Amino acid sequence: MRAYQDKKNVQAKAYYNDRFYVAPQIPKDEVSTDEVFAKDVKDLESSFFVKEAYIQRGQLVVYISAKDNLAVMEFLRDKLNYNFLSELSAIDWLAKSGEFEIFYQMLSTSKKKRMRVKFFIKEKEEIKSVTSIYQSADWAEREMYDMFGVRITGHHYMKRILMPDDWHDHPLRKTYPLIGDEEAQWYEIDKIFGREYRDIIGPEERDGARIVEKDTHRFSRIKHEVPFGTEYSEKETEMDYQEEGGIPIVRKLSKKNEPKILKERP
Amino acid sequence: MQKVNKLKPFFENLVFEREDNRMIINFGPQHPSSHGQLRLILELDGELVTKAIPDVGYLHRGMEKMAENMIYNEFMPTTDRMDYIASTSNNYGFALAVEKLIDLDVPRRAKVIRMMLLELSRITSHLFWLACHALDVGAMTIFLYAFREREYAMDLFEDYCGARLTHSAVRIGGVPLDLPKGWTNSLMKFINEMPAAIETYEGLLDKNRIWKMRLEDVGVITPEMAQSWGCSGLMLRGSGIAWDIRKEEPYELYDEVEFDVPVSDRCDAYGRYKLHMKEMRESLKILKQLIPMYAETTPELMANAPKYISAPKEQVMTQNYSLMQHFVLVTQGMRPPVGEVYVVTESPKGELGFYINSQGDPYPYRLKVRAPSFWHTSILQAVLPGQYLADVVTIIGNANIVFGEIDR
Repeated sequence: MRAYQDKKNVQAKAYYNDRFYVAPQIPKDEVSTDEVFAKDVKDLESSFFVKEAYIQRGQLVVYISAKDNLAVMEFLRDKLNYNFLSELSAIDWLAKSGEFEIFYQMLSTSKKKRMRVKFFIKEKEEIKSVTSIYQSADWAEREMYDMFGVRITGHHYMKRILMPDDWHDHPLRKTYPLIGDEEAQWYEIDKIFGREYRDIIGPEERDGARIVEKDTHRFSRIKHEVPFGTEYSEKETEMDYQEEGGIPIVRKLSKKNEPKILKERP
Repeated sequence: MQKVNKLKPFFENLVFEREDNRMIINFGPQHPSSHGQLRLILELDGELVTKAIPDVGYLHRGMEKMAENMIYNEFMPTTDRMDYIASTSNNYGFALAVEKLIDLDVPRRAKVIRMMLLELSRITSHLFWLACHALDVGAMTIFLYAFREREYAMDLFEDYCGARLTHSAVRIGGVPLDLPKGWTNSLMKFINEMPAAIETYEGLLDKNRIWKMRLEDVGVITPEMAQSWGCSGLMLRGSGIAWDIRKEEPYELYDEVEFDVPVSDRCDAYGRYKLHMKEMRESLKILKQLIPMYAETTPELMANAPKYISAPKEQVMTQNYSLMQHFVLVTQGMRPPVGEVYVVTESPKGELGFYINSQGDPYPYRLKVRAPSFWHTSILQAVLPGQYLADVVTIIGNANIVFGEIDR
């Protein structure tokens, strides 16, 4: 019997782990080491709750509370001159703590600084859309909903963006297998022909390199050719049109047309 | 009403027969000028676009999901398939992000070679953009001219790494190969030939009446819009905001080479066309400076970090410990420290960012790709209304979007 595996995280895992290996951490620097960031965090702290703030690899990371997200974004744009929202997405921690971690990646062209605003939300918790502050959040929020199922309120056109509208489940969750779930496997057949056609058409062959010897739909067997889709026959096919020793090929090629290989481009 | 059946699904509750003069048309997903699989749902009043909804996702391959199930080195060839017009820029963006994550310094020769490849791919990308954009707008000749020079640049890539389109010529920690003998001479030849070629394109297009009529004051993106919609690269500089990541947050040796960042205040398609032309010249300028820099470097190509990067082949073949390291790195992959990075590079399309969250495993816990084209496509819904149907083609072509990158 196969050993039971936790279905909360079905992503690829290292098959060998050293019990004594402790992964090193990327250092988290104090905010006070950078003048600009120190001032930004001080300003932020004066109006909002800041859970944690540190600098990692030259970028400021600030943890705020989820309900403040819209107000913090507005503050960042208007007061702290972070004029670009360059990226926005979620990280799935459902298996660990039942939470999503949302991050907003900000850029200030006047200060030449990048910062990341982060917060945690529960699985079914809703967050406010920031499209009213940065319109670039429009598609990014749709993608976040599409990929993780994070619920967003106040968005003008909240629907899936990359996956089809009637797709089942959210593909970037850790519970979603890489090859897709059952719904994904039958998606086209269910949609075009109907559920009852699953048995008739059969499952999709996902291994493109697999060769079935008796399959006459996709392959023709040399010397065992049969019409397309008919039963494979063990008997050798008669090929009376072929001459003895195979089909003759034209050997006389004129010397003039022989290709030349140049050393370098003329 | 539209008749709905299983083969004819009812999309987005669009009503195609209305009482007013408004018409809703589907532009794409199979349309030669949609540059891939872009479906635009346009609401037209006569020929005027009143509402536009871009619909993407036809090329979605789940690259971020794939990245979570691959070791870091395995993911490198997948990045080729994002912006396949300039694949080295994606390879490099990913490699740089991982190098930042594990805090690795790359040998100088590798840096020079990478920069050569990056700038060459910028030129090929811009040439491809020019060719296709001009073809969309109606200038057939330019397509052939631009593809000729692009072919020469591709020959250089082929000489270096054997591939023309999907190079994978950048590795985490350096580059796999040194430049072949005489490659810099061919590059020099290319650099000397290119300015005349660019002049030819400009001679054909700059004062061309049709070209100007189709591009001037079309697809206007104001600086405020560009900021709010997260534009980057040429789309941003075309709106008068001088922000080039190579200049502002220099990576590799961009702080050692001299180049200008062209900026245009026109905010329209014609201004962006001029910027592409100028940027190609700047790239040539960088390439020219790189050739003597290459000659001064020592021959190391890969960083020396046995924890993360395999030793050189010679060492792997002769030293037992290096062989063991190599075996572990190939079968299990490197284990970067716990933490997260967001690293940006200036790809030909704009700001290409990789966000990597590592939990100390050989697989990234989360990898998010910030593909510039994705953001430049979303702005279409704000730019297209008020434009004419014929200009839609110009605006899509001018935005320089590639669908491998948008859908990932």
